[in-house]
Amino acid sequence: MRLTCPFCGTRDRREFTYRGDAVGLSRPASTEWGPDWDDYLHNRDNPAGETRELWYHDACGAWIEVTRDTLTHEVAGSRPVAEARR
Amino acid sequence: MARLIAKGPFDGVLPLEEGAVRVSAVDPGPITFVRPLHGQDEAVSAALEKATGAALPAPGTVATGRSARALWCGPGAALVLGAAVEDLPGAAIVDQSDGWAVARVEGADASAVLARLTPLDLRPAGFGAGQTARTLLGHMTAQITPVGENAFEVMVFRSMAESFVHELRRAMGFVAGRARIG
Repeated sequence: MRLTCPFCGTRDRREFTYRGDAVGLSRPASTEWGPDWDDYLHNRDNPAGETRELWYHDACGAWIEVTRDTLTHEVAGSRPVAEARR
Repeated sequence: MARLIAKGPFDGVLPLEEGAVRVSAVDPGPITFVRPLHGQDEAVSAALEKATGAALPAPGTVATGRSARALWCGPGAALVLGAAVEDLPGAAIVDQSDGWAVARVEGADASAVLARLTPLDLRPAGFGAGQTARTLLGHMTAQITPVGENAFEVMVFRSMAESFVHELRRAMGFVAGRARIG
């Protein structure tokens, strides 16, 4: 599998470390426990199809959000998390 | 007062030659890590260019100036080699001169040897003069820069200098062995 770093271009999977679902970017604003925090911390979808994930490019140190398809293994795109969070 | 002896990171283990590949230690001069603070990119780039002739490099590239080279080493960061950078307003700077081990890998089979260790595509069509890459070399993070035909400059963390030579020696043996049996 090859992933695209927005800075370095297409690189081998070995250069990347998986972090988890991109839901990690949407931290709830409230400081009170509620369903939104439950979703943020515990509940994950297991989609057959397009999924957004957080990866770390070990080589250059960039955190990126990768959009890929779990059925076809097609990587649709990636962007730095700083852009994805906006 | 104790008398300290300056030692290079590859003392005793380089140079190395086998088959069509030579590996030698490089003294790159001072190495400074430069990262502009938020919103200061242009000012820092201009100041660095004034001081050394090299501006901050775009991702994956090397900027070459009068007295120094600036290697892109991560988003918004560069390593300046060759001239000391002591004062750069608007940027975080760290002297890393003693933190890196720099070697030159050259010869007809240089890319064949490195290709056994790194997942990077080393073919000159996509990775030539003026480019540089952060990648893996074995289990180490490395910075690989093409510096001529069949010649690469490889930087690894100094603590990994001997592991780096060990990995290279193995790969050189494999490539030379393949060449011998034709």
